[in-house]
Amino acid sequence: MTAVQHLKRTLIGLSLLGLAAHASAQVHVNDAWVRATVAGQTSSGAFMTVTADSDSTLLSVASPVAKDVQIHEMSMKDDVMRMGPVNSVALPAGKAVKLDPQGYHVMLMGLTGQIKEGDQVPLTLTVENAKGEKQSIEVKASARALNDMGGMDHSKMH
Amino acid sequence: MSTLFTRRKVLTGMGLLGLGSLLGGCDYSPKLNFKYGKDLSDKIMGRTFKLKNTDGETVTLSSFRGLMPVVFFGFTQCPAVCPTTLARAAQAKKLMGRDGKIMQVVFITLDPERDTPELLDRYVKAFDPSFEALYGTPEEIAVAAKEFGIFYEKIPAGDTYTLSHTSTSFVFDTRGNLRLGLSASLTAKECAEDLLTVMEVC
Repeated sequence: MTAVQHLKRTLIGLSLLGLAAHASAQVHVNDAWVRATVAGQTSSGAFMTVTADSDSTLLSVASPVAKDVQIHEMSMKDDVMRMGPVNSVALPAGKAVKLDPQGYHVMLMGLTGQIKEGDQVPLTLTVENAKGEKQSIEVKASARALNDMGGMDHSKMH
Repeated sequence: MSTLFTRRKVLTGMGLLGLGSLLGGCDYSPKLNFKYGKDLSDKIMGRTFKLKNTDGETVTLSSFRGLMPVVFFGFTQCPAVCPTTLARAAQAKKLMGRDGKIMQVVFITLDPERDTPELLDRYVKAFDPSFEALYGTPEEIAVAAKEFGIFYEKIPAGDTYTLSHTSTSFVFDTRGNLRLGLSASLTAKECAEDLLTVMEVC
């Protein structure tokens, strides 16, 4: 192998590594699920854990199963549950941000049909990094039973 | 009827004097010792609500005489606290075993404009077939909510709305006396323990 060939190989190797790093530098979505609905129910919630490698922001979520998808924040004070839309959710580098029934969550509003337990619901997350670069992440969220406790009781019950 | 009424009056009187515990098995004392929930025995709330069940029948508190009503206000488009609370109630009922039979979950919609009787019925029965949902006109709902000291308000969300609301579950004993408030943060097991305490009252 000539020195030039060797250099070429090394460069290709490096660039591939670079690509790989570029593709994974980003955002991991785990445990995505949506709550199943009964017929006629027009909205439901989607929940997941989002981790970004660098400081980023979750800007929006889209899904073909709902006319309008919003990010809401729930808070509880003196047993009053307060709910409302937020513009974005901060994803600090390396921090697993939970979108769960106790905090931020994705609202699927104006459902196009009933979501049945076991359905795979496609979600597209739009995340922006600190440089202003936007990225789309496709997620399939499986539908859990309407009466799923959403992790709230599981740890204490078992 | 009149003797029974008099007897109850006397017993209630005795209970108020703190003699309830002398009446073997029946605890008439106005205070109950709950481990997790809030004792609401001295609160006058939720006595005169009048709403419709999903069959269109008029329902008042006395419709649940002999049962232990657990009243919770919410709406079907609620993503988190409502399904979690109803699922918790279903679980608590199971944990109580045979005693759970007298527990009657009553879900009152705070969103009568969007929650139809049919939808409400399907929704609550998805948690437990014994659960009941009540609805009314927005005015009737407002009166019922006020009676329970329920805070609720519409929050604009895009071109629609969501609701903020009090998430306490209110528990009455089998005679229709308000006894216990269960916060949304409690587990099914904690609720079941306190619900069994309510059942110790005759």
